[in-house]
Amino acid sequence: MAIDRNGTPLVEMRDISIAFGGVKAVDHVTVDLYPGEVVGLLGHNGAGKSTLIKCLSGAYQQDSGDIYINGDKVSISNPRDARRYNIETIYQTLALADNLDAASNLFLGREIVGPTGLLDDNKMEAETRKVMHRLNPNFKNFNSPVSSYSGGQRQSVAIARAVHFNAKILIMDEPTAALGPHETQMVADLIQELKRQGLGIFLIDHDVHQVKKLCDRANVMKNGQLVGTANVEDVSADDLLGMIIAGKCPPGAIPGPGAIQE
Amino acid sequence: MTDADKPARPAQKKNLFAQLELDTRLLGMIGAFIILCIGFHLVTDGRFLTSRNIFNLTIQTVSVAIMATGMVFVIVTRNIDLSVGSLLATCSAVMAMTQTFITPEVFGLGLNHPATAPIAIVVGIATGVVIGAFQGYIIGYLGVPAFIVTLGGLLVWRNVAWYLTNGQTIGPLDRNFMQFGGINGTLGETWSWIIGIIAVLFAFYSFWRSRRSKIAHEFPVKPVWAEVVMAGITAIAILGFVAVLNNYDVPRRRLQQMFEARGEVMPDGFTQGYGLPISVLLLIAVAIVMTIVARRTRLGRYIFATGGNPDAAELSGINTRLLTVKIFAIMGGLCGLAALVASARLSFHSNDIGTLDELRVIAAAVIGGTALAGGVGTIYGAILGALIMQSLQSGMAMVGVDAPFQNIVVGAVLVIAVLIDTIYRMRTGAK
Repeated sequence: MAIDRNGTPLVEMRDISIAFGGVKAVDHVTVDLYPGEVVGLLGHNGAGKSTLIKCLSGAYQQDSGDIYINGDKVSISNPRDARRYNIETIYQTLALADNLDAASNLFLGREIVGPTGLLDDNKMEAETRKVMHRLNPNFKNFNSPVSSYSGGQRQSVAIARAVHFNAKILIMDEPTAALGPHETQMVADLIQELKRQGLGIFLIDHDVHQVKKLCDRANVMKNGQLVGTANVEDVSADDLLGMIIAGKCPPGAIPGPGAIQE
Repeated sequence: MTDADKPARPAQKKNLFAQLELDTRLLGMIGAFIILCIGFHLVTDGRFLTSRNIFNLTIQTVSVAIMATGMVFVIVTRNIDLSVGSLLATCSAVMAMTQTFITPEVFGLGLNHPATAPIAIVVGIATGVVIGAFQGYIIGYLGVPAFIVTLGGLLVWRNVAWYLTNGQTIGPLDRNFMQFGGINGTLGETWSWIIGIIAVLFAFYSFWRSRRSKIAHEFPVKPVWAEVVMAGITAIAILGFVAVLNNYDVPRRRLQQMFEARGEVMPDGFTQGYGLPISVLLLIAVAIVMTIVARRTRLGRYIFATGGNPDAAELSGINTRLLTVKIFAIMGGLCGLAALVASARLSFHSNDIGTLDELRVIAAAVIGGTALAGGVGTIYGAILGALIMQSLQSGMAMVGVDAPFQNIVVGAVLVIAVLIDTIYRMRTGAK
């Protein structure tokens, strides 16, 4: 799979920093993403990967640094802005309203309304049935609240919500953390499908094997700094582990400011 | 044998309810309400379920029930509003001053001018909306907890009302304004039947439309007999209610006065029922509008989503701060409407109007199944809750229970109702 990295990147986060009460959660990090590419973000808990990506999804705002979408500098100050740039996020916590059903969650913030301005629940449910049938054919209970769903079903709803609205840029925060093997495979297939459609995907994960399997490139972060960026074919799983644990940048990778100097 | 029979029966029963698509919690509440009414009826030697008492019960419930529908939104979003009784007093004071001083003297319209009541009502509701939005702003944008803001409001608005009126009782109010108070404004028998029949036709139409829309999307629909049963029950309930209210006759003396006022002589044996009070009609309108807002608008969807998971709502791009302002503004507007009904029923504004209403309103919403944990609640539940509370109170008064015991019972019932609901939810796994 050849990804053209000569053109303008879909997303470029340049020199991003954000601090919470004196702790530098993200420290001058630069990452980019091209169309049809899956870029992994690796690191320990607290390495700053989720914080970095939340600047893109609008949950946080960076203290310094700029974000470029298709080469244009943008300002994303809340999740509504992110949606306007076709950035969709699947959060680790899935961010579903437990008391509402699948259709209400799928269309939350983007409801279909009829000519009278009232919600068209039947149309939303029909759309939801269509989308869910494609993602998870076993899914049946459309009228019960999300709180009664299994982990995989909840994940299906969260993914359906992200992909249904013509996302160009997809952020997945540990999408397979709560899933069984079958459902994990489902997510992997979906990622390949979305790649073919030309979406750019940021994938946050702990699991180096998962990243090697799903991603084209990987960025490793440690203590808020970027250790390095590598094509996953050029480095081994052990190399990636070394980057995560020791901050050691292997020969096949491009070192970042967080790499230890030898 | 009995063992073999047993599991089959609940399954069948569940099937019946499932086919009718009835809410079992609603049925439980209606059941409790009916038992309560029959119980009081027996203890009071048949004085409780009379047309007269049912008429009085409904008009006594209206003010609290109107506010309870707004409290559902407040509690669903994990907030609370302790200021509603005081806010009602401020709105009532503003309305009373508008119609007894500002329009007759400042505008020079005189007393009982046709424009007086509409002006007073609009000013009163606007006062409620502005104060509610102001409290919502402090809660949503400045981050002070709703409990504190409205606890302060409880003290502030009660005394703003006092200050505005110098503590005086203001009355009598405008004649048209008092039409909203209950017994001073009823539709009479003919119009009550007309309204009842329109309501039945409208109910049939919405059943039919909902079924057609489901069929159009190829969703499962309930069997035709279930639709017919539901439509039948609805029609009987609406027309039965109208019949009961029509059955309460206007006293002979009052009818005579009405005829004398027109310069006529009342024919022998002439009777006339009160029919639907305008205040009850107002409550029904509020209930319908609030139910539509809750279920069929974006605002309602966002209210429930925010109550279920505030973070998810925020991340879905919902402006939860502005939402808080809107919810408290609606609550304030409904306080204004409740103030209209309450002061019109008394025919004057007094300083202590709406005292302790905050507790009645919250209790009505909670008895009606609104969960303080957020995300769950219905408008009809809150109205039924208000009706249960009022029935309990006036039933005990009829039986002759001492005043302290009345309040002890009401307080205990509140706790027990929530306990039963908690147990029910744990058993069924519902949230």
